[in-house]
Amino acid sequence: MAEFHEKPTLLRRMQHALHVTPSLVPLIVLLAAIALFALLVGGRFFSAGSQSLVLQQVQIVGIVAAAQTLVILTAGIDLSVGAIMVLSSVVMGQFTFRYGLPPELAVLCGLLVGLGCGLINGLLVAYMKLPPFIVTLGTWQVFLATNFLFSRNETIRAQDIEAQAPILQFFGQSFRLGGATFTYGVVFMLILVLGLAYALRHTAWGRHVYAVGDDPDAAQLSGVNTKRVLISVYTLSGLICAFAGWALIGRIGSVSPTSGQEANIQSITAVVIGGISLFGGRGSILGALFGALIVGVVSLGLRMMGTDPQWTYFFIGVLIIVAVLVDQWIRKVAS
Amino acid sequence: MKTLLAGSALALIAVAGAASAQDGISACLITKTETNPFFVKMREGAQAAADAAGITLYNYAGQIDGDHESQVQAIETCIANGVDGILLVPSDSSAIVSSVQQARDAGILVIALDTPLNPIDAAHSTFATDNFEAGRLIGQYAAARLGEEAANAKIAFLDLNVSQPTVDVLRDQGFMTGFGIDVKDPNVIGDEDDPRIVGHDVTDGNEEGGRRAMENLLARDPDINVVYTINEPSAAGAYEALRAVGREDDVMILSVDGGCPGVQNVADGVIAATSQQYPLDMARLGIEAIARYAADGTLPENTPGKDFFDTGVRLIAAEPVEGVESISVEEGLELCWG
Amino acid sequence: MPLDMQSPSSSREPILTARGLTKRYGKVVALDRCDFDLYPGEILAVIGDNGAGKSTLIKAISGAVIPDEGEIRLEGRPVHFRNPTEAREAGIETVYQTLAMSPALSIADNMFMGRELRKPGLMGRLFRQLDRPRMEAFAREKLSELGLMTIQNINQAVETLSGGQRQGVAVARAAAFGSKVIILDEPTAALGVKESRRVLELILDVKARGIPIILISHNMPHVFEVADRIHVHRLGRRLCVIDPKAHTMSDAVAYMTGAKVPEEMKAA
Repeated sequence: MAEFHEKPTLLRRMQHALHVTPSLVPLIVLLAAIALFALLVGGRFFSAGSQSLVLQQVQIVGIVAAAQTLVILTAGIDLSVGAIMVLSSVVMGQFTFRYGLPPELAVLCGLLVGLGCGLINGLLVAYMKLPPFIVTLGTWQVFLATNFLFSRNETIRAQDIEAQAPILQFFGQSFRLGGATFTYGVVFMLILVLGLAYALRHTAWGRHVYAVGDDPDAAQLSGVNTKRVLISVYTLSGLICAFAGWALIGRIGSVSPTSGQEANIQSITAVVIGGISLFGGRGSILGALFGALIVGVVSLGLRMMGTDPQWTYFFIGVLIIVAVLVDQWIRKVAS
Repeated sequence: MKTLLAGSALALIAVAGAASAQDGISACLITKTETNPFFVKMREGAQAAADAAGITLYNYAGQIDGDHESQVQAIETCIANGVDGILLVPSDSSAIVSSVQQARDAGILVIALDTPLNPIDAAHSTFATDNFEAGRLIGQYAAARLGEEAANAKIAFLDLNVSQPTVDVLRDQGFMTGFGIDVKDPNVIGDEDDPRIVGHDVTDGNEEGGRRAMENLLARDPDINVVYTINEPSAAGAYEALRAVGREDDVMILSVDGGCPGVQNVADGVIAATSQQYPLDMARLGIEAIARYAADGTLPENTPGKDFFDTGVRLIAAEPVEGVESISVEEGLELCWG
Repeated sequence: MPLDMQSPSSSREPILTARGLTKRYGKVVALDRCDFDLYPGEILAVIGDNGAGKSTLIKAISGAVIPDEGEIRLEGRPVHFRNPTEAREAGIETVYQTLAMSPALSIADNMFMGRELRKPGLMGRLFRQLDRPRMEAFAREKLSELGLMTIQNINQAVETLSGGQRQGVAVARAAAFGSKVIILDEPTAALGVKESRRVLELILDVKARGIPIILISHNMPHVFEVADRIHVHRLGRRLCVIDPKAHTMSDAVAYMTGAKVPEEMKAA
């Protein structure tokens, strides 16, 4: 008898724990993936060097996923993140090299451009009441075209940047800690995610972001200024993408208008694998970081085993579907 | 509303009438994308040649690499416009062959640029770089530079993408042939068993992909000392990865393309040698072929011994080695694109 | 026996009045020179057929709708609410039929939604940190005042509560902040018999604390059980106000549907 009752309650308790701490699932998957590849590949994979390499490889996606998380928590989606990122990086580069601005000022201009792009998204979503998917589908194309027109498809070489405007590569600088190598970009990603986790959990703004995503009408009636919340979220997302653009210059050394084309899909993938509900209002930003890391660990692990790169996409696809299934199951705790 | 529709219909007819009323020669240039500097240069070359010959040139492109829907639409538009010739850089070698056939049935000269169709004779002619030769040149150069050490080389291959498009296979296998590696099946990347190969990874032909692929392969074997790259942006990315681990000075990076940033990277010692191709020539020669065809129906001929017209490839090296013909960086910079 | 209860036995001034409220949506007149009075300490039920305009009336009072004409006075002073937040700041709290709660957030979060408390000092001012201990203690206190502490955990997500418990939290939220008037929109509509009973007791508890309540309901037994007066709404205006002790439910329904006309109106 006792056993008969034991099993369902254990499962229920697990379901409840996951409901309360939504980033638990991706954390478990991440640790399992690391353990699995440590077994399959061996010490080469489970070294400080390889593990910190994963961090370096996911830094751009991780930063963009943080921006994407904010938007998705409000039940929106931002398809323009990659375009904002690359446009901002191109502005930073071209303002320095074409117009001769001091690089510090050019960086500031790039950040402002990202912020402005986000503001445009936010105004269209909040005041024109257009679906975020449509708004950002449009602005994605607009920002990307602006990027190509403005950059004239020119790449600024890493050597020129290093010689004349090293601050553009600021996030690419690294320091060593034991066998691990950390770039400032990685540090920025970690601080950003922790800072946003704090803001979402412990400030009124954060609670309002969740409330708007959960039920916008209820939030409005409870006295939340939903328009202001939406605008703040999209604007902040744009600014974070501009920082991602800056980090991108550090990562690839150069300013290339063709980079970052898949950042929107990659960031949404990280967010979904991270257990954040696409319907809004549920999930933790730490989950998005774990999601990005899972993709990074699986990619590096499979590549170190020497498998066909196609398998990476295969497993990421499976992970996405499993993540959504788990999300559905956790939601059932409510009923 | 109705008047508006009728008005725009009238305007359309007027425009169409004006277009078909032209008695001059017209041509189409359809590229993969409008964003890649390679195609930008190609369009410049085509436009200059067309202006010189008094040909009206229409430009089309897909939105992304692999967007053959847009290319099919472009071909249909060109047929409707009654052009004399189409210069086409196919996004997908096989997918748009039937549209190309429609154009040929309409009496249009179709020349594939850069990327051959499958089968290659689906177009009247193909004006392209010999990509196998481009790979072979840098492979040969790398082996000559290493001398006896070539027997102990540890080589990383940074390819294009998982679907192994023709250009990817030709350059990769060409490099192996030039270096002296048994390629087994020359149509497949990755079936070789030479112990000097550390591994293959894909880059999508950009900096980010180049860096990631280089990092992945370094994780597999940190002693890599030769890096083959599909193109110069991926080479720049690979260089960043090597620099991060302090190995940028003792690894030789080889690449293909000959774009201006790439040649500059050869001058700066980032890339040891690159094979330069000539998109401007492809387009210029293509337009000239269309002009001849429109004048008297002459079809372009292939380079002897090849099933396409070879627009040439040259090796650019900052430090030339004996036995491998190369041009200097200065010469390369004069001929570069992008 | 007075049929018209517009001026109840007590001679006190009404706390909330409306005169000549009109609201048109295109050609549809939702409110047609409507009057309304709420007296201190009472439960006033508002009943009316579907489409009679009672929800527009309530929205006008709670700030969700801005009337085209007419005047609303709270404690004798004219008020012009432009949104629900302004009405709330004036002391009018509304419990919507949808409850207006975020299911994924906790009870404490929901009770303080839109009026969160910040920590004192640097953490609050600079880092804008919420004062969770204070918010949780307050929420716990308000729930236990209304006998709702069967809910064990104040940090439980609202979606894990039963329908009645959710209604309870929503009412507690209104009672905690509604200093002058509480509006309850169909509080028992989605509930079973047992839970309805608990909510009715809760309404009487709130009344006992001296806060006047406007209760919108279709459920006649519930209305007759708790209401002091019943405002019958018909065709966009107040038809009459009746005393539940002096009238039967079928009278009320007959007035509501127009099957019967109040005595003094026949005379008029």
